[in-house]
Amino acid sequence: MDITFVIEKFVLVAVIFGISLLIAMYSTYAERKVAAFLQDRLGPDRAGPAGMFQPLADGLKMFMKEEIIPTHANKWLFMVGPGLAMLTACIGTAVIPWGSPVTIGSKVISLQVTDINVGVLYIFGVVSLSVYGVMIGGWASNNKYSLLSAIRAASQNISYEVAMGLSIIALLLVTNTLSLKEIVEQQHGWHWNVLYQPVGFILFIVCAFAETNRAPFDLPECETELIGGYHTEYSSMKLGFYLFAEYINMFVSSAVMSTLYFGGYNYPGMDYVATVAGPVIAPLIGTVVLFAKIFAFIFFFMWVRWTIPRFRYDQLMHLGWKVLMPLAIANVIITGIVIAIVEKF
Amino acid sequence: MEPLTNKKKVLIQKPLTFAERIYLPALTKGLSITISHFFKKEATIRYPEVEREMSINWRGMHSLKRDEDGRERCTACGLCALSCPAEAITMIAAERKPEEKNLYREEKYASVYEINMLRCIFCGLCEEACPKEAIYLDGPIVPSDYLRKDFIYGKDKLVEQPLVQK
Ligand code: SF4
Ligand code: SF4
Repeated sequence: MDITFVIEKFVLVAVIFGISLLIAMYSTYAERKVAAFLQDRLGPDRAGPAGMFQPLADGLKMFMKEEIIPTHANKWLFMVGPGLAMLTACIGTAVIPWGSPVTIGSKVISLQVTDINVGVLYIFGVVSLSVYGVMIGGWASNNKYSLLSAIRAASQNISYEVAMGLSIIALLLVTNTLSLKEIVEQQHGWHWNVLYQPVGFILFIVCAFAETNRAPFDLPECETELIGGYHTEYSSMKLGFYLFAEYINMFVSSAVMSTLYFGGYNYPGMDYVATVAGPVIAPLIGTVVLFAKIFAFIFFFMWVRWTIPRFRYDQLMHLGWKVLMPLAIANVIITGIVIAIVEKF
Repeated sequence: MEPLTNKKKVLIQKPLTFAERIYLPALTKGLSITISHFFKKEATIRYPEVEREMSINWRGMHSLKRDEDGRERCTACGLCALSCPAEAITMIAAERKPEEKNLYREEKYASVYEINMLRCIFCGLCEEACPKEAIYLDGPIVPSDYLRKDFIYGKDKLVEQPLVQK
């Protein structure tokens, strides 16, 4: 392992981290703008041109707020909660291939922090970990609403992980690999997995909504029942971390969905573009395409939030266990049969 | 039991059809409705810059009127204060000096006239009560402020600007 490799990876990590934070920051702004447009309003437009500095103002406000730790809270865990939420939200970006390798001279720079051969499982593990931030925060607050919210978050995540895992199994039957890099490379051009696994994709996106605690599955933080949910007792930047983590989660799951089902950095006609644009520019175009897909997904997340009302808790469980899981199992079986038949002939 | 009217209507809850149960068609319908609003013109009026047109009987901030010679019309009779349901008006009366004839129309005038805009409910009863046609609620929206004391408007803010003097 030479020093250039370390520097290269370090730069990549820093850039990805910065981009995730930036996107999360502007997602808060986009959320408000999208909400406003969908409701025939204008949204924030006072801070800077078209309200562009609104996230900065919000961040500053968060920093300036008084920090309150309830006397009966478990202090240490109370502080660990938001940090853990943030950490688990961020580390998911490590295995996502952000673009095809860039070739500068004789050097090939991979735009992926690390290509572990169980990338999908890693993502899956990180996603499951993300509930710990919520759970610990909710428990440490020593507040019944927070606790209820933590319980909801935990049971919701566990329920939907089952269906999510099963929908991924069907995908893996198609791809035959767990490495995200190879999965993306297989989807060259327009061979996107969504065309082979439409049902799997629908299952996956529904579960992604549940895992990121987004509407219509935002039961852990439903204001009407639980005040603020797990972050009821939080103030200042700790609250900011929780809210931020939610947006980073959204970004990461959008990236995962684009990578697994929508071809990552692949787009129709990419071979032609590669011959025209050369080995440095072409991968970057691919990265831009990937980000366009990610933004489209983020927009979809927001669009759904302002369309569908929140599910009731029993409806949520019903959907997770009695609808999504059987569907996912059926999907696995049918995919397996079809693949067996195709291989036979 | 015999129904009192024949308006009773029995509602039968139909079981959901398959299309309704899989939820996705309804979902896409909802999404298409919201996205159509995305491109609609917004109803927002950017208030301080753009002001909405008020109706002709709109009641805004009070103004104390002057007569055609530029003299204050108010005679400090106190009828407005008496009629005010919110008890927002206070005043102190004073007697007009001979040399002040060009300032006040009547022999008695209000040396202090204050309306507490936080108390006022803009009912317009002061306007109706005034025998001298001295007060009208024809101003703009009362602006916001930081301190309560700043909402007590004195004559400096209430009295109409004098017409251009010849
Ligand atoms: S508008 Fe009504 S409440 Fe306001 S000062 Fe006049 S009488 Fe009082
Ligand atoms: S404003 Fe009219 S009602 Fe009120 S004190 Fe003056 S003259 Fe009387």
